Amino acid sequence: MSKDINEDIRWAKINEDVLRSMENPRKGYWMAVAGCLILLAFAVVAEIYQYNVGMGPANLNWPHMWDLYIATFIFWIGMSHSGTLLSAILHIIHADWRKPIYRFAEAMTTFTLMTAGLFPIIHIGRLWNMYWVLPYFSDRGIWPNFRSPLVWDAFAISTYLTSSALFLYMGSIPDLAICRDTAKGWRKKLYTVLSLGWRGDDRQWRHFRKAYLLMACFLIPLAVSVHSIVSSDFAVSIMPGWHVTTFPPYFVAGALYSGCAAIITLFIMLRYFFRFEDYMTIPILEKTCKLTFAIAMVWTYLNIIEFSSVWYGHDPIAKELLWAKFTGPYAPYFWAMIFLGSVLPFTLAFEKLRRNIPVMLVVSLLLNLGMWLERWMIVTPTLSLAYAPAAHDVMWPSWVQWFIVLGSFGWFGLLFLIFVKVIPSVSMYEVKEMIFHRRHMANKDIAEVMHRRATDKKPKPASESPGLEGA
Amino acid sequence: MQKARIMALFSNFDEAFAAISDIRHYKIPGVSVDDVTVISPIEHPEIEEILGERPAHVPKFTLAGGIFGITFGFTFLASAQANFTVQPQGGKPVIPLPSNFVLTYEMMILFSVLFTLVGFLIGARLLRKRKSLYSEKVTLDQVGIELEVDEKYLEPLKSLFNQHEALEIRHEVIR
Repeated sequence: MSKDINEDIRWAKINEDVLRSMENPRKGYWMAVAGCLILLAFAVVAEIYQYNVGMGPANLNWPHMWDLYIATFIFWIGMSHSGTLLSAILHIIHADWRKPIYRFAEAMTTFTLMTAGLFPIIHIGRLWNMYWVLPYFSDRGIWPNFRSPLVWDAFAISTYLTSSALFLYMGSIPDLAICRDTAKGWRKKLYTVLSLGWRGDDRQWRHFRKAYLLMACFLIPLAVSVHSIVSSDFAVSIMPGWHVTTFPPYFVAGALYSGCAAIITLFIMLRYFFRFEDYMTIPILEKTCKLTFAIAMVWTYLNIIEFSSVWYGHDPIAKELLWAKFTGPYAPYFWAMIFLGSVLPFTLAFEKLRRNIPVMLVVSLLLNLGMWLERWMIVTPTLSLAYAPAAHDVMWPSWVQWFIVLGSFGWFGLLFLIFVKVIPSVSMYEVKEMIFHRRHMANKDIAEVMHRRATDKKPKPASESPGLEGA
Repeated sequence: MQKARIMALFSNFDEAFAAISDIRHYKIPGVSVDDVTVISPIEHPEIEEILGERPAHVPKFTLAGGIFGITFGFTFLASAQANFTVQPQGGKPVIPLPSNFVLTYEMMILFSVLFTLVGFLIGARLLRKRKSLYSEKVTLDQVGIELEVDEKYLEPLKSLFNQHEALEIRHEVIR
């Protein structure tokens, strides 16, 4: 079985490779930046138009008050969960294969939340009033309604964004110190400030370890609560198709699923852009694919549960809506979602396909398309076929909505690409640790000597002991 | 007697541990393992085994943050609700526990994380100027041992470090 990482790689080489990647990416990186800028430009044009003309050109009108904006909001919130999964959960269970790839997954969490946060603002139309949702009281003594899940969203997402950004930053401090010690010019000044005077002494590492673990422990329930709260935006209502008990776990599973698929996409892109073949290895890609497959099956199961509970619940309106999803105007998108979300992941079950990078890139993109369709199929069919027959209406998004949705991908991509150019996207110190501990564990003699050294009165001369060098 | 600071760099943990082990067993009388600071490129929990248990107070900050978050969160929400009774309640209590529980939970996590970060910054003594003996080689691949001792111990320490194949030894008199 091939190893997750080359254990003979020198520590100095890890620094060289990662730091060089930030200076000298492949041309594909710049092409991706250009692509993101173009997408973002489309969105800016659409948003300026919508801002000036009003929400009409977006086709947002009763009963379709929520449409692609809110569907895409859920999509981006969901994608953020994988960063927590990879960095926090796998950190707690000591799955060290996460070490070369968790940094960019954490960054993804932060930037997807920043992208998601734009959509409620865009969606309300009156951008200048967006702060109304925040918990402040106005000069007339009016507070927001704390019983509303929309206010819960504001609390949960801002907490998640703050916590995940701090988690990302804190985990990067030792690497920022490496950058500080190596960089020149403006980068040196930037890293000197950001590294906060880190020198790597045992006191700092001791506190770092505790603080990082504690933060990881808080991020896991936080991530679950955030998407449960987002699901409450729907489940707490009485709308057919939304008032479903399984919505919170369904949302969390979907979130982890789309996030893992996005990690595969970004893994492959970063591996190519920055020549990270030694760190983002095929065995690690395989493990990520297996994890994605497992979560895909959980998501599929929860879908079946949701459909079954509606079917056997005998609520005629909910049943009619479900049937309309299967056969109505949105059926092609619904079945595309089922195919992409439940059938396509079986490609991840085959080793030959998992090891094929172009195939995995396409599959991961399609999985995320499926997950985006899932969010659209949650929001729109219910609004088109709710309780009041007079309000039954099939609506298709306008170009304004599409441009803004596509632009959000450009916005996220741009933030992410700038981040990986400025902050190391592979955690250098953790890769060193991974190599050190794997070598350590592989050599029982070394392990024994290390243990004995701690208590021996007379340590062996260095020449007699096996080497433990990281250098 | 003037105080001095000495730092030796080693190519690997093996040599560094051996040197600390000698200090721990008082090979140089008057120099204790409590004076030792290990500077390393990676987190190495085994270091604690040889340095002895050293405290990290971060969890206390986290606990304080959690308690503060719960108290502040609930009080904030409840006081806001109690001051805004004009809002239609729909037959529900003015201070509803289920929804306030959700928001209090979020506040608990937020303040726990913030206090953890503060605890880390204080405990790790960050945001301070680095000591002049710092070597950039530590972030590359070398392991450093630093001690703050009376000047008279400099020579015995140098000789100990040389025995353990130190790559580089630096020192400075601090007062």
